[in-house]
Amino acid sequence: MIPIDHVITLSAILFAIGIAGVVTRRNMIVILMSIELMLNAVNLAFVGFNRLWPGGGAGAHYDGQVFVLMVITVAAAEVSVGLGIVISMFRNRDSVDIDDVSLLKW
Amino acid sequence: MSERANDLLRWIPLLPLLGAVFHGVMIGIIRRSTPRWGVIAISCGTVGLSFVLSSVAFVALVGIPGDATVLVDRVYTWIGAGIGASRFTADLAFRVDPLSATMILVVTGVGFLIHVYSIGYMDDDHRDDRGFQRFFCYLNLFTFSMLMLVLGDNLVLMFLGWEGVGLCSYLLIGFWYADRWNAYCGAKAFIVNRIGDFGFLIGIFLIYTALVDAGVPAGVGFAEIASHFGAIADMTVATPWGSEWLLVDLIGLCLFLGAVGKSAQIPLYVWLPDAMAGPTPVSALIHAATMVTAGVYMVCRLSFLYAAAPVASAVIAWTGAVTALFAATIAITQSDIKKVLAYSTVSQLGYMFLAAGCGGFTGAIFHLVTHAFFKALLFLAAGAVILAMHHEQNIEKMGGLRRRIPMTHLVFLVGVVAISGFPPFSGFFSKDEILATTLASHLPGHAVLYAIGLFTAGITAFYMWRLYFKVFYGESHAPADLLDHVKDPDPVVVNPLLVLAFLSATGGMLGIPQIYGDPFGIEHMHSLNNFLSPVWPAAEPHGVAHATEIMLTLVAVAVALLGAGLAYQLYVRHPAWPGRLAQRLSGAYALLRDKYYVDELYDAVIVRPLVKFSDVVLFRTIDAGLIDGVAVNGTARGVRALASGGLRRLQSGLAQGYVVSMLVGTAALLWYWLR
Repeated sequence: MIPIDHVITLSAILFAIGIAGVVTRRNMIVILMSIELMLNAVNLAFVGFNRLWPGGGAGAHYDGQVFVLMVITVAAAEVSVGLGIVISMFRNRDSVDIDDVSLLKW
Repeated sequence: MSERANDLLRWIPLLPLLGAVFHGVMIGIIRRSTPRWGVIAISCGTVGLSFVLSSVAFVALVGIPGDATVLVDRVYTWIGAGIGASRFTADLAFRVDPLSATMILVVTGVGFLIHVYSIGYMDDDHRDDRGFQRFFCYLNLFTFSMLMLVLGDNLVLMFLGWEGVGLCSYLLIGFWYADRWNAYCGAKAFIVNRIGDFGFLIGIFLIYTALVDAGVPAGVGFAEIASHFGAIADMTVATPWGSEWLLVDLIGLCLFLGAVGKSAQIPLYVWLPDAMAGPTPVSALIHAATMVTAGVYMVCRLSFLYAAAPVASAVIAWTGAVTALFAATIAITQSDIKKVLAYSTVSQLGYMFLAAGCGGFTGAIFHLVTHAFFKALLFLAAGAVILAMHHEQNIEKMGGLRRRIPMTHLVFLVGVVAISGFPPFSGFFSKDEILATTLASHLPGHAVLYAIGLFTAGITAFYMWRLYFKVFYGESHAPADLLDHVKDPDPVVVNPLLVLAFLSATGGMLGIPQIYGDPFGIEHMHSLNNFLSPVWPAAEPHGVAHATEIMLTLVAVAVALLGAGLAYQLYVRHPAWPGRLAQRLSGAYALLRDKYYVDELYDAVIVRPLVKFSDVVLFRTIDAGLIDGVAVNGTARGVRALASGGLRRLQSGLAQGYVVSMLVGTAALLWYWLR
């Protein structure tokens, strides 16, 4: 069995890559992808931790796995909204660069 | 004292309150005009029913065997606060003992007559649409408050009524508020009364804290205070100048300050003459018969306290005597018919305090009752004169009215005879009792007090007969076209006058002195004294021998006759003399006519410095400078400087910048929680 340390480490690496993408990239589509990466890093941690419960019988727990399904569903909805915003912005501004929508400021 | 429960008592004040609430709802919420007969039926009906209930309570009280009995109606606990030894409670409870029984009969009885009179007096009030109902709303509210004041079983409830009558007084003085002067007079009455109320409140606090300090179950119910009074009677307080004072003296003086305000004594009498700006029935009801006597009632209600407070009693007696003389001298020169009566009221209230200060509480209440009769009569009759003269109040423009308004003339004459103290009218008996009590008392300078009282009686007779002669005798000074319309008012106005005239003439029978009973072998001649004496703490001063008392009576009558005769000489026989006299003594005359310049003095010493202080310090410095400037505008300015100076730069519009700050923040929090 894969030790939990490996799962957490992979999850942390994926999460860090996601953060780096959100903070550094200007293309909004890439930012959305990075957010998905972060969500999936969390999902990985969920299933990994869920495996620590004893399997089968009266003590079985599937909370982590169920939660992952929940996250995937919400992420799908969120991406559809996010892509809708990107499309509407592209129609208005001919651009998907996030620095081009910095009008709401002092 | 044994107490008996009686659930009827609560309805005595409640009925007028219901009337006032009805009028208020109709005026303020439903906003439809009520038909006149409805207004009249509700307002007069509730007060009339209150009078019937008061009579029922009176009969029930008299019917109880034994001589020290009280009817009590405890409705619920109104205020309850604290725990343990310092627990404070005040019940909504009503108390009818001989003292309050006398008062509620006067308040509801005279009040009812004045309500009826107002129907006629206010009938021509077309100045605003709902004025008629508004007037009766205030009048009912006043009756309610006055009954609360009189019936309340504890000091807090009494204070509620005390403030209530002050409010109604303010509302009714400024009833015709479109005239700024009336509104000013109302405000003046209210503010001057507040000064007195401050003392009253301090007095209540002092009684309560003294009872707590003494370790007895503290409360402000009259029965409680009286039964635990022994525990605080000997307490002393240190004065700033080193000597020791009896605590009860201090309490008595604080409470008396309230009485000075409400009952218009020196130095707070200045509001009462100006209160004449209100409609005449108001002057009769509030500023002559009932509200202004609240102070006298309060002193009598706490008679056990004042009996143990020699300094406070002396102050009361001297204040009363000086006020009586002072106001009477001003009344001599006034030319407004209502102003004369107003100063006369101040003077008569002084008599009542003189009696109460000397320990003659029966005399004070007796004079209170007879004064309610004859002064209400005089005011209402003056109102009838004013109505007949189409709202002319200056007596210089009257004269010779006795044939044109014979009924009004007759009742006014009864009132004048009663107040000047001619036997056997009511004022004769009550004033004589006060003078006899004063002479018999043990106060320092009681002989001087007696002399002041006697002298004032002469002045009283003089100025009342002057008023009478100037209005009803001599040549008419009114324009001829006005005189053609001068006639006696409607029966609804005249009938209450007749009842009051009857009461003024015969009210003295309540308190015929013992000297008139002895020749016929009748004991306990003074029925009011028999009725009231269980309420008083100790025997009243009565050290005057009967022969002396007869002498005193004769002297008093002689002085009254002298005053009246002088008025007759000056204003009927030789009408030119008063003018010449005024010229000869122009300095003294101006001093009296301008009321000793007391208003001007207060204006210069208190009002204007206060206005200046309020303007410069309170308004400009504290309100505009500190609160508005530093606190309100300063905060706003600081926020603006901070935000526009630097903080707004944080709002960069770059989404990724926000993400970074969120990351940093989250990381910081995680570090803080997980380290």
